[in-house]
Amino acid sequence: MKRFMSKAVLATMAASLMLAPAAMAGTIKVGAILAVTGGASFLGGPEARTLEMLVEELNAKGGINGDKIELILKDSAASPEKAISFAKQLIEEEQVLAIIGPSTSGEAMKIKNISEQGKTPLLSCAAAEVIVNPVASYVFKTPQSDSLAAKKIFMEMNRMGISKIAVLTGNTGFGNAGKGQLLKIAPEFGIEVVESEVYDKKATDLSAVVAKIRANKDVQAVINWSIVPAQAIVVKNMRQAGWDVPLFQSHGFGNIKYVEAAGVAAEGIIFPAGRLLIADSLPADHPQAALLNSYVSEYESRYKETASTFGGHAYDAFTILVKAIETAGNDRVKVRAAVENLQGFAGTGGVFNFSATDHNGLDIDAFQMMTVKDGKFVAYSGQ
Amino acid sequence: MKRLLTIAPLLAAVIAIHLLCAATGTLYYLTQMTMSAYYALLIIGLCVLMGYAGQISLGHGGFFAIGGYLSAALTTHNLEHLQDNSVISALHSFGVLQSGQDLYGGTLLVVNPWFACILAILAAVVIAYLIGIPVLKLKGHYLAMATLGFGIIIYRVVLASEYFGEADGISEVPAFVLLPGLVVSGDFAGRVQNYYIAWGLLIIGLILLLNLIDSRVGRALRAIHGSSEAADAMGVNTARFKLQTFVLSAVFAAIAGIFLTHYNGGIGPSEAGVMKSVRYVALVAVGGMAHLWGALTMGVLLNFLSLRGAFGAYDDAVFGLILILVMLYAPNGILSVRWRPRWARKKTAVEEG
Amino acid sequence: MTTELFIQYCFAGLTYGSIYAIVAIGFNIIYNTTGIINFAQGEFVMLGGMISISLLPFMPMPLAIASAVVLTMVIGALIEIVFIRWLKDPSVLRMIIITIGISILTREAASHVWGENIRALPYFIGNEITAISILGARISPQVLVVIGVCGLMVATLGVFFKTTSVGRQMRACSANRTAAVLCGINTRNMVTFSFILSAGIGALAGCIMSPITYSQYDIGTGLAIKGFTVAIIGGLGNAGSAVIAGLLLGLIEAFSVSVVPLAFQDAIAIAILLIILFVRPHGLFGSSEAAGLKEF
Repeated sequence: MKRFMSKAVLATMAASLMLAPAAMAGTIKVGAILAVTGGASFLGGPEARTLEMLVEELNAKGGINGDKIELILKDSAASPEKAISFAKQLIEEEQVLAIIGPSTSGEAMKIKNISEQGKTPLLSCAAAEVIVNPVASYVFKTPQSDSLAAKKIFMEMNRMGISKIAVLTGNTGFGNAGKGQLLKIAPEFGIEVVESEVYDKKATDLSAVVAKIRANKDVQAVINWSIVPAQAIVVKNMRQAGWDVPLFQSHGFGNIKYVEAAGVAAEGIIFPAGRLLIADSLPADHPQAALLNSYVSEYESRYKETASTFGGHAYDAFTILVKAIETAGNDRVKVRAAVENLQGFAGTGGVFNFSATDHNGLDIDAFQMMTVKDGKFVAYSGQ
Repeated sequence: MKRLLTIAPLLAAVIAIHLLCAATGTLYYLTQMTMSAYYALLIIGLCVLMGYAGQISLGHGGFFAIGGYLSAALTTHNLEHLQDNSVISALHSFGVLQSGQDLYGGTLLVVNPWFACILAILAAVVIAYLIGIPVLKLKGHYLAMATLGFGIIIYRVVLASEYFGEADGISEVPAFVLLPGLVVSGDFAGRVQNYYIAWGLLIIGLILLLNLIDSRVGRALRAIHGSSEAADAMGVNTARFKLQTFVLSAVFAAIAGIFLTHYNGGIGPSEAGVMKSVRYVALVAVGGMAHLWGALTMGVLLNFLSLRGAFGAYDDAVFGLILILVMLYAPNGILSVRWRPRWARKKTAVEEG
Repeated sequence: MTTELFIQYCFAGLTYGSIYAIVAIGFNIIYNTTGIINFAQGEFVMLGGMISISLLPFMPMPLAIASAVVLTMVIGALIEIVFIRWLKDPSVLRMIIITIGISILTREAASHVWGENIRALPYFIGNEITAISILGARISPQVLVVIGVCGLMVATLGVFFKTTSVGRQMRACSANRTAAVLCGINTRNMVTFSFILSAGIGALAGCIMSPITYSQYDIGTGLAIKGFTVAIIGGLGNAGSAVIAGLLLGLIEAFSVSVVPLAFQDAIAIAILLIILFVRPHGLFGSSEAAGLKEF
């Protein structure tokens, strides 16, 4: 009897041990490397706040399959060397399931190899095309691709009959990548870039460069491609100079603060962006409408600031990861595969359809041309 | 031999840290220890310039970037499309260039890291010489401003040049094969090896500088720091000694840049930024201006903590605070503060009285 | 180059130049009484802008600006009293490092108080697109405000240093500190006073340039570097020559755009600084004899 008892106890113990990983509530570690401070804090700030909000909500609801998420947030201040150190630390020491971030493409390119080698999924919040092209099996990105934004702009230009343009870009990774795509794709649309200049992210006034490109009488329109606050200065200086050619901006303009900074000068700017900016005017049956409205209202009531598309990139990264964990559990390799197989997921940036060759998963429909009217973003429907 | 004895404790500590980490299964600490060692290499060089030659430099991030960026650009930019060029093929046959494969299977033809390394050091020497001759004639604020200006120019140039990757910097920098089997790279497998390469380099640098300080040059430098005019009057060629120290510290910075860039597999403009240069000055100040061991200890310690994200969003603020506190209360470095009990202080006062 | 473009570049140069000049004036005051360059001067500019913007919802703009200037002056006084006043004969190196530390701390504190967003005061006259047209080229009236305030500052400072007792005492400190002490001048109070004055000037600069440049927690460093550059090019210690040097550098930067890519603009400004430092360290308008008497 005694023997039987001990055997039974052993058997139960063994059974409970085997069942333990599934039944016991555990924690899943998720790393994040974001530029919360420093030169790119206008990206990293909203991204970090979004992640903190989402993690708290998810854990309050009981986590994923009973597992709580533990977010390990590292502030890289947009320094690649710190991002490298943090990536190694998160992968080896914290043994995180996946890493969200970084905020800038320079950092993302530096840790692409590290996450590949460390077999840890990386969901980049930086936009540059090179992050996922060529494809590295563990690296994904959520912001829409520059080339699609460029195409969207050029399509509109073709419609308006514009063929000679000037390109102004900010000297950040975002501006740099944009410049590359614009110059590469322009000929496909029969558009010639006749002037190209790069301005500093801390510029105080840009009237000289505006005067320079304006002196070129061929310029029919200007593309101001940047993600830094200084892009509002270009807008202002152009209109101050009394120059009223069509002004196109990039999806880096997706922060209402920039419109506020440019004031009336921002009226009539045309730019492609995710639908987050016009969430309240989307038709209710739009696939993104429900989640955009809930994200925007939650973020705004919690942080008392307007939601930007930048925070949306982190929202998408986190939500995609949660979806992957729901099906694949706490396992890096399986989560990677689950992300790659994710189809038809409506996020803030568009509807994601990942595949082995496309680690961004968004197509040109993710963008909607918008314009600024009475200090607000509205959908652009041509003039 | 005597030098070996002073270095021995450091050597022992380096090995002890490795063994301790290996025993406790925390080998991942070595990643940041390796990076800190490279920064410390720059810091001890700057320490000799600031503490012994008495010249402030707010532009040493610039020399670090010259080393790192040149070596990265040369070993990364693919020259394959120029293969038919006679100069390129001649260089190839001399072994200056090496072929390889990138991550995605494409063929690469790049400069051999050894040649890139030598070229980068030479560039740092030439630039330090050219800039050092006029800059070191300046004093005080003018010297600070001129070195700061030099750093800003380097930052602007790397940020504006397509060759240096503009805002993105340079990524996918290949490994640096020092000797067969001895490779500087960020591979997870090469961690221990790289730890010893970094610390070996740092210790060699330290021995060099310790020898320098104890030599005639060192005495001349201290004389310059005490009073440049008096040293001049005693027949010390102050300008030459200052310049040589400046160039030497620039070389230390460049070597640190080269090795760290290969270890990290990339470099970005933040390495050339003003805050970086200020941070190096802060670390020298914390360790004690004329205190190589202090600069080494604090350089490694604070960089290690910073690279592990110990200060979170307050990283810069912590360095600012340290700068102020040290300069206010312990201008000779944090290690120079002696915490003596009250009775001991009284006794010394009596003795001195 | 057409006349219109030429004038437009001139206007752009005036815009840059007036911003640099107004920052540079603040450096000179502290330098004159203490012989130190306050590397945290740019933070006063930032604080002025940020504080006035924060106060704007509660009061009319002139009052918000005045309050911001006064508050920044208090901060300037506190900084001097806490960090500098009690030091005995600090070396130049030590002072440089301390003021750099103050600058970093102020900036980081501001980033935690105000966050990373950009803000701006509204334009004093008109709005973002208002411009005055002169010979076919256009300039924002705000630039004229900045230039006007710059001129007013130089004139007021001139009168202050020449006619008032405090002003004369400050000049005495600048000429010879030991002699000033022997004459019964409380040099320590003069140093505190110079910090208050330059904090106020910096804050005012930060307010009036805010509509043009925007205000953000980290604008201080960049402006400070341009400010030093201008102060040194003009010759340290002279407010009037700082204005001329500021406008000169602004014009050079504006016209450089027509030859060199904009991305290298800052590198050019700094290269000019280095050349001036190597060739004429006492500045374009400073006298070498006066510079020789100063301690560095």
